[in-house]
Amino acid sequence: MEFFEEFPSLGRKTLSGMKQAVDETFKGFSRAYGEQLENFFDPLLRFLIWFERLLEATPWPIILLVVGALAWIGSRSWKITAGSVLAFVVIGVLDMWEDTMATLAIISVATLLCIAIGIPIGILMSRSDRMQAIITPILDVMQTIPSFVYLIPVVMLLGIGKVPGLIAVCIYAIPPIVRLTNLGIRLVDKDVLEAADAFGTSPWQKLWGVQVPLALPNIFAGINQTIMMALSMVVIASMIGVKGLGVPVLRAISNQYLALGLMNGLAIVALAIIFDRVSQTYGKRLQAYRQGGK
Amino acid sequence: MSQSKVQIKNLYKIFGKTPKKVLAQVKAGMGKPELLEQTGHVLGIQNVSLDIPEKRIQVVMGLSGSGKSTLIRHINRLIEPTDGQILIDGEDVLSMSDKQLREVRRKKTSMVFQKFGLLPHRKVAENVGYGLEVQGVSSDEIAKRAQHWIDRVGLTGYENHYPGQLSGGMQQRVGLARALATDAEILLMDEAFSALDPLIRYDMQSILLELQDELHKTIIFITHDLDEALRLGDKIAILRDGALIQEGTAPQIVLTPADDYIADFTKDINRGKVIRLKALAAAGSPYDGAMIDGSTVLADALLPLSQAPDQRLGVTDANGAYLGAVTLTQAIAALQG
Ligand SMILES: Nc1ncnc2c1ncn2[C@@H]1O[C@H](COP(=O)(O)OP(=O)(O)OP(=O)(O)O)[C@@H](O)[C@H]1O
Ligand SMILES: [Mg+2]
Repeated sequence: MEFFEEFPSLGRKTLSGMKQAVDETFKGFSRAYGEQLENFFDPLLRFLIWFERLLEATPWPIILLVVGALAWIGSRSWKITAGSVLAFVVIGVLDMWEDTMATLAIISVATLLCIAIGIPIGILMSRSDRMQAIITPILDVMQTIPSFVYLIPVVMLLGIGKVPGLIAVCIYAIPPIVRLTNLGIRLVDKDVLEAADAFGTSPWQKLWGVQVPLALPNIFAGINQTIMMALSMVVIASMIGVKGLGVPVLRAISNQYLALGLMNGLAIVALAIIFDRVSQTYGKRLQAYRQGGK
Repeated sequence: MSQSKVQIKNLYKIFGKTPKKVLAQVKAGMGKPELLEQTGHVLGIQNVSLDIPEKRIQVVMGLSGSGKSTLIRHINRLIEPTDGQILIDGEDVLSMSDKQLREVRRKKTSMVFQKFGLLPHRKVAENVGYGLEVQGVSSDEIAKRAQHWIDRVGLTGYENHYPGQLSGGMQQRVGLARALATDAEILLMDEAFSALDPLIRYDMQSILLELQDELHKTIIFITHDLDEALRLGDKIAILRDGALIQEGTAPQIVLTPADDYIADFTKDINRGKVIRLKALAAAGSPYDGAMIDGSTVLADALLPLSQAPDQRLGVTDANGAYLGAVTLTQAIAALQG
């Protein structure tokens, strides 16, 4: 009967041996290649630091101007533009300017990185069912695995700092853009593709002249979601050494500072809303031709 | 008739998992329903051979599902055949590399689609210039030639509209202009006017005929509408269940339908407006009375015939050469079928 009462697990010894073996192998790998990896990511680190410094060094009125201009270009809506500028003013008044700039820097760089990697992967996926069958489960894992779990190998490999933080954010935030690029391209009307073929379009011309432009609204929805997910990683990223709005939130948790936590949390929300509205209205304008507008 | 521009030889297309394996059965005479039942394969085209004359309009007609779209897509190889040969200007399309095939699609053939197939994210002018853009023509040249064809199909002023802002008839004019802009000699039109309402459709047919008078393209025109076929077609081919069951000029189809299926098709047609006197003129006894042009349709010939002294007229061809005589009785018999 004993057999049924407790699951017949492997002995403690075997198990700890196995775990140790994995850990040792990984540590060995990280000792051997850690430096190369760091060198590999060095340009990224420099770019991130440069961008962060740029944002911090730029006088605040100019940043406000740029925020307003970007919001206007993206949304063409006075409401959204005014709301965005106002949100930044409030953030500045409540003394969260610097942290907000740091967060903006990492979110922007993470989003750019996700776009640069995610769109090509999405395109690759849309071109073969086999690729799709391989990549989809990987994306599923990336989205469902608790972020703390993949923080461990990232930190083991690269230590604590901006780059591991950036990578953690990207791992979490990249799936939507890959998925929606793939979906968008697959949803392009077969009749339109056939017409393109009939005029002797080459695969390359078809991809960039027909498929990607027609998938753009979906790709944009993906970028929008990627930004949202990157923002939601701000607090976790700050646990491994990323500056920004996440740091005060962490401090607030450990010291039970309610007001501090709320303020910084709301600043993150404000950023999220601004990014969301601007990129969504921009995405909508991209498909104006669908509604018959100009 | 003039020489063949496109030749289709013993073409077979079977849709399904292992078309090559069931090909032998089809060649042995298995029909479409049995093939579907016994092997799960759909017979798209069976043993079609067709010579398409240069600079004429070849109509392919048949009911829905008879394989018209499948057939026309073989000509520019949007569909790979299971067996058979396609020649354009004597060149085997099926042995071409991807690159050669693209060249044919760019320069030799162009296509107009039932559902238009316009690029929704491009303006009218950009759609019309699409084929040229694909070929790498300079943008000045594209703009110039696109404008020319936009004007020709009567869309002047709509250059900067998106297809979604146009009516169906206008969209298909864009489709037609796009196809003409590449100056390809062969125009493939798959039910190009079927989605349009009757008046617009008649208009588009008129535009096509008018352009054809001047451009002399080799046109393969798919339709399921007999009136359209008779109006446009220099030659008509009729498909059923993927097989070619009759081929000929309009009067040949109407006067001597190959079987009940075609007779059924043609029974409601106004024969008086389709059949021309030259189809009836029996060579033989010379006639020394009044003459009438052989291209006169029956409906217009009845009055002159009844007024002729012995209700008989001599028929001449376009050059005035004597073809034979026709009597009123003959004409009336032909009218009744
Ligand atoms: N990709 C495909 N896979 C399987 N069967 C197909 C495919 N394409 C066409 N068929 C079949 O081939 C036959 C001919 O189809 P096709 O589209 O050529 O007909 P059609 O004459 O153009 O009809 P319609 O007038 O409705 O356009 C039909 O029975 C159809 O079901
Ligand atoms: Mg069809």
